[in-house]
Amino acid sequence: MQDTLKQPQKDALLTKTESISGSEAVMRAFVEEGVETIFGYPGGAIMPIYDALYDYQQNLEHILVRHEQGAIHAAQGYARTSGRTGVVFATSGPGATNLVTGLADALIDSTPLVCITGQVFAHLLGTDAFQETDIINITTPCTKWNYQVTDANEIPAVLAKAFFIANSGRPGPVLIDITKNAQVQKFDYSGYEKCNFIRSYRPKPIVRKEYIEQAAQLINEAKKPFVIFGQGVILGKAEKEFKAFIEKAGIPTAWTIMGLSALPSNHPLNVGMLGMHGNYAPNVLTNDCDVLIAVGMRFDDRVTGRLDKYARQAKVIHLDIDPAEIDKNVKTTVPVWGDCKETLPLLTELVQFRNHAAWIQRFKELEQEEIDACIYKELNPTGDELTMGEVIKVLNELTNGEAVLVTDVGQHQMVTCRYAKFIQSKSNITSGGLGTMGFALPAAIGAKFGAPDRTVVAIIGDGGFQMTIQELGTIMQTGINVKLLILNNSFLGMVRQWQELFHSKRYSFVDITSPDFVLVAKGYRIEGQRVADRAGLRDALKAMLEHDGSYLLEVMVGKENNVFPMVEAGTSVSEIRLK
Amino acid sequence: MNKQEFTITVYTENQIGLLNRIAIIFSRRKINIESMNSSPSEIDGIHRFTIVMNETEEVVRKLVRQIEKQVDVLKAYYNTGDEIVWQELALYKVPTDEIAEKVKVERLLREFGARAVVIRKDYTVFETTGHREETDKLIKVLEPYGLIEFVRSARVAIIKESNGFHEKLKEFEELNPSVEVVANEYLNKQEEVFDM
Repeated sequence: MQDTLKQPQKDALLTKTESISGSEAVMRAFVEEGVETIFGYPGGAIMPIYDALYDYQQNLEHILVRHEQGAIHAAQGYARTSGRTGVVFATSGPGATNLVTGLADALIDSTPLVCITGQVFAHLLGTDAFQETDIINITTPCTKWNYQVTDANEIPAVLAKAFFIANSGRPGPVLIDITKNAQVQKFDYSGYEKCNFIRSYRPKPIVRKEYIEQAAQLINEAKKPFVIFGQGVILGKAEKEFKAFIEKAGIPTAWTIMGLSALPSNHPLNVGMLGMHGNYAPNVLTNDCDVLIAVGMRFDDRVTGRLDKYARQAKVIHLDIDPAEIDKNVKTTVPVWGDCKETLPLLTELVQFRNHAAWIQRFKELEQEEIDACIYKELNPTGDELTMGEVIKVLNELTNGEAVLVTDVGQHQMVTCRYAKFIQSKSNITSGGLGTMGFALPAAIGAKFGAPDRTVVAIIGDGGFQMTIQELGTIMQTGINVKLLILNNSFLGMVRQWQELFHSKRYSFVDITSPDFVLVAKGYRIEGQRVADRAGLRDALKAMLEHDGSYLLEVMVGKENNVFPMVEAGTSVSEIRLK
Repeated sequence: MNKQEFTITVYTENQIGLLNRIAIIFSRRKINIESMNSSPSEIDGIHRFTIVMNETEEVVRKLVRQIEKQVDVLKAYYNTGDEIVWQELALYKVPTDEIAEKVKVERLLREFGARAVVIRKDYTVFETTGHREETDKLIKVLEPYGLIEFVRSARVAIIKESNGFHEKLKEFEELNPSVEVVANEYLNKQEEVFDM
């Protein structure tokens, strides 16, 4: 046991200690950390904690989900709309292993979570006891930090450490496994102290002035500078600072899907989406810019395409809070370490006012090419079949870009990210790095708890919806108001698209049948309807948005529509195809 | 860039599970660890891992960053063979009668600086420390005399240029440490795109 985990020894005469159980200490830690909502599912090994929770229902709202995967995705949605740490309870064994997908998702998408799992009694560890799994070792590769508590004395300090680690620096999931004996054990509790320092852990690198200066000089000398940004802007709560920076430097700016909504869609410098199904101009011109400024993004392969043909002509400035991201995939000319909330204003101060009109015009020209080749017909189709794009277009018109959109994974996700309009940050919630189908429904529930005043629309494919469809029960029980928009193309569309393009239309197991979703929803007391024609689309969407309470709208869209443009796997971003 | 032997030295908190956390950074990338040693360091409560592997420098540099990213890791360094003083320990079990009868063996063992650790009627265990080539050579030499068992320890290494971790630890314990504690000194020395 290391020193940092021990509760500070206070003067016994000055500090009153009281005898409480480990479970009670968990509750008090949550209250001290300002936790309001817990997503969870009880079970044998976590029963003492649930027993303690019984007395804390006034302070802590517990959402009973239908599957632990639902709990953790809901906590992710909650964290992403609220900016706070999502909290999850699960029992040992299967309860804990059901969290693994969500942990991996939260780690790769940098989402702050604290997950508490029950564990068998300490004396049973390693005996293959009932519902025992080695969850610490199982989750080591997919947590920022994890720890097993076997003694109640450790609980206050360990939880303080957990919350600090989860939501500082580059955020991530933390799992704390508490053995049942530690949950019931009484110990002398002398209060809760928040953690703000761990000697071996540096949440933020120190900002180095020389790099800021070098970066500013490169930007000032640039003829064709290009800014690309990711979720770091949102996680750093640096939307304002970011906007000020690009506006002063006058630089066209593109986003990764994790960064989407940090900059309003209608901002004149917003030139669109990067990556495999991103916009034409930002992909093509990545290989034409002279200075590439990457802010809070990690050069994922879906963004860069073929690395050895990615922005080789450009000098690269990389702003990131995580030192391990610098030079990981793309060689950096100037690394700007640190929290972009701190580094961006320093950079803004040093850059000169510029207006790269001719350069921005290049983006406009290529955008027009993309409109002509794909966007126009996606948004204004003439055939009988509905396109996903036109559904999103009408949704934009009805929500004015004010809604939180939670997407699953696949074609509908790419189409939504491409065409949705946002005016407010933290509005696009999706599983970006891991690509977890089944994410959207539970994440939307959590997103609504995280942003109760906002309209939350989950946009889900017919495949992904069936992966976590049981969470309709959570909606029913909590009575929460989330809108479920199912874009049903009766296929596992993205895989089908690849099979069409790269496997000579050999449609191998992508033809998926679905239940009557409206009827299923009805079974859960959720109102809904199905629409299959253009004439009824707007009214149906309106009915969904205006309905008082959750609502399921199933839209039947074209079976074999493809998402374009597309950077094929193994090709360069500038080789992006329009059809 | 060519693969070569690197020794990574990691200073960590003494935390259960950290060995696994470090080991999977390698296994996830399908990188073989030649040897790994975990031991106390010069500072009470701080552990020191010594990890040996064959890789290109750019891969090693990235591994070191991933290691340093772990919450319970204080600092990681990587060095080539000429930047460190290193030793490995080997044990050899040989039938005692062979040695007792054959004077030549005794001479050989002396030549290699081997030391008898246990002498029993049926077998004798010798120990030697040194570089890989040296301990390897003794296996070859002892094989004809009925080598029963052989084992070699992981490498332990001292970094020639290091001033130890005492001063550095003080920096870690400050809220505002020096840049070097936080920043990565290998930064911005890389010419080409990595190919890990």
